[in-house]
Amino acid sequence: MINQQTKAWFKSGTPWIWLNAGAIAIALVAVFGLLLLILFRGMSHFWPANVEAFHYQNNENNLTVIAEIIESETVPLEALHNIEISDNTDVGDEYGNVTRYLVKTGNRDILGSDFRWLYDIDLLDREQPENIMALERIEWGNFYGYLNAVYENGNLVTDKEVWPEFIDRLNRTNDIRDQILQLEQGDIGAINYQLERLRLKEKRLQLDNKLTDAAIKELEEQRNNLNQEYGVLLQQTQKLYQQINRDSIKATVMDGSEVTIPLEKIVKAWQPNKMSTLNKVGYYLHTLWAFITEDPREANTEGGIFPAIFGTVLMVMLMAVLVTPFGVVAAVYLREYAKQGVLTQIIRITVNNLAGVPSIVYGIFGLGFFVYFLGGNIDALFYPEALPSPTFGTPGLLWSSLTLALLTLPVVIVATEEGLSRIPRSLREGSLGLGATKAETLWRIVLPMASPAIMTGLILAVARAAGEVAPLMLVGVVKLAPTLPLDGNFPFLHLDRKFMHLGFHIYDVGFQSPNVEAARPLVYATSFLLVVVIVTLNLTAINLRNKLREKYRALDG
Amino acid sequence: MTEAIATKIDPSILTSSSAPDDAETCMDVNKLNLFYGESQALTDISFQMKKNHVTAFIGPSGCGKSTLLRCFNRMNDLVDSVRVEGEIILDGKNIYAPDIDVTSLRQRVGMVFQKPNPFPMSILENVAYGLRLQGIKKRSLLEEKVEWALRGSALWDEVKDRLDESALGLSGGQQQRLVIARAIAIEPEILLLDEPASALDPISTLKIEELIYELKSQYTILIVTHNMQQAARVSDETAFMYMGEMIEFGKTNEIFTNPAKKQTEDYITGRYG
Repeated sequence: MINQQTKAWFKSGTPWIWLNAGAIAIALVAVFGLLLLILFRGMSHFWPANVEAFHYQNNENNLTVIAEIIESETVPLEALHNIEISDNTDVGDEYGNVTRYLVKTGNRDILGSDFRWLYDIDLLDREQPENIMALERIEWGNFYGYLNAVYENGNLVTDKEVWPEFIDRLNRTNDIRDQILQLEQGDIGAINYQLERLRLKEKRLQLDNKLTDAAIKELEEQRNNLNQEYGVLLQQTQKLYQQINRDSIKATVMDGSEVTIPLEKIVKAWQPNKMSTLNKVGYYLHTLWAFITEDPREANTEGGIFPAIFGTVLMVMLMAVLVTPFGVVAAVYLREYAKQGVLTQIIRITVNNLAGVPSIVYGIFGLGFFVYFLGGNIDALFYPEALPSPTFGTPGLLWSSLTLALLTLPVVIVATEEGLSRIPRSLREGSLGLGATKAETLWRIVLPMASPAIMTGLILAVARAAGEVAPLMLVGVVKLAPTLPLDGNFPFLHLDRKFMHLGFHIYDVGFQSPNVEAARPLVYATSFLLVVVIVTLNLTAINLRNKLREKYRALDG
Repeated sequence: MTEAIATKIDPSILTSSSAPDDAETCMDVNKLNLFYGESQALTDISFQMKKNHVTAFIGPSGCGKSTLLRCFNRMNDLVDSVRVEGEIILDGKNIYAPDIDVTSLRQRVGMVFQKPNPFPMSILENVAYGLRLQGIKKRSLLEEKVEWALRGSALWDEVKDRLDESALGLSGGQQQRLVIARAIAIEPEILLLDEPASALDPISTLKIEELIYELKSQYTILIVTHNMQQAARVSDETAFMYMGEMIEFGKTNEIFTNPAKKQTEDYITGRYG
């Protein structure tokens, strides 16, 4: 009887449905779990948490540690045998466990490290003093302490309230720093770039034996003009440097000593324990925005990741521009022109298998063929004046995009072929019947109608390319690129430049960073942003595809 | 025997001989054989088509009538394994001669397919497609020709206010007339209709038939149909085909009232097929 019921139950397909639903549920949980984890771990880093003062006893001395709690955990006492514990034997809870906190003390320049473990064994008291100040500095990470006084040119500023005065002056300093940056990277950078071009031009003329006296004179004149401009700019910068050095503050750190910090070294300041939740949200958004839009500092463990986002997006777009014509043309030949037979079948299988080649192999190929062979020859032919320093004969944006275009080519070819084969025969015949040649039919009817399929291929290609890191390490990505590959200097898009990439940034910050604890939240935050960038790129492409689909939704069935 | 046929086809629907019998020959098919690889699809087809006549091809499915129709604009060339022997003479030249330009042949011999196949473009662009292929770019000229073609296919009044809308929004019957407009826009000499009304409702079918009757004055029309009534209504000559052979060819009146071959009679009276 039961057997009958079980049989019927199996027959009805119910277990099969449950199995399917279960698989979907696990997949969803995995995806959302992953996203939530990196979202939480990464994004909580920017929250201005309260800073606490821990008073505890160590070797008969009373010590105070001012720090932010990063995480806390409970550990068995035995695991701590290597830690110096005071004579107090009655420690831990009833199971012999103690709680310990990982805290961020900042002040790396004074204390030697940013992070330390605190044990609640010796803890006497903890409090959140209202007037604790946190600073983000250009160097040495965060600073925690109490603000004492503001100084202008070494003289105490007395007549005003200390904190608002400090913030005012800090804003002024930051404005000046922005101006200096603008001058140095923008204007002076442009002049340097032009000077370098002049030098190359001269060398070029020399190589071509065309370096006449007139040419030398003209070059010299241009060079003098540029140098004059540079002199003016340099003066401006020096003036700004004097201005930026004007102010400083004195602050007390946790061991009671007083330090002087020039404002020039401070990026921003806040008093976390005084901030309301609303203030904190505002501060949080501001910090997050800075993370997305600013350049990295301190071996990538501080500051933002803008160059990496920019590099990733630019490289992927360039890759899309390169791979689409290649893939479409190849697919059109395979599907429309090539005689269908054993040879085309072999080619098709080969192309499909290319998609399975490990990406690092493409990287090696890119390095060997694109960078050394193609790039080397391009340098010899077109940029002999710059040699021995290579122009294209070195990893760069173009070679990265080309390598990834090669990597994603099979995807585009397969998707396009699929799309071409789905165009109804009746439409081709309709076009041919009106006296169109095969090429005209392809161009006017078949390719437009296959464009949604081509876009599908491109979407898959973009998703794959944006996540690749391994081959890029060989053909163009660097830890820190001094300039963006796109700027205001002619020819604006510098295909030969090296660039930064989110994927490589994650690897670099996570594994190559000198300050592991400080880097960890950045790894999560960068991962999350990489996902956001890929999703954004994909959504744009999907949106475009849906529009095309709507337009060419011809005669289904 | 004739009575039996009369019950099937009412003689009154047969076309009055509006087309002159003494019309000049438009196309001359001479011993046409067609092979798909090893298998023969058409065997020794020979007949003549008169100018401004409608010739109907009838016969059971797979008898080769569509294949024959597609010989006239060399649409069979698209099939890799196809081989054609014999000749089709158009204006004194064999269209299978090596020096024939297939695209210009197809401009002279237009074709309308079984299922409406408008391109995913606007109504205007659909009709203008063939004109653009000929290099006509001037907007006013295009519009003029499009209007002429749409009037010619009795569609103008229905679509004149929405020429820029997608052709895919039209009904099946309208789409088929649009496709006919597209074919006549390039002013071919011959129109090939491959079961043009088989996917349409009776009213649309009627419109298409009326249209064929209208178009006959300007074009030579070849029509493949499964509908015997339709063949009887619209055609001047009828060819009955079976297993790749042309069993009988003659005036529609005679084929339907007094067929010479038993096979033809059986098919027309519905004994098989």
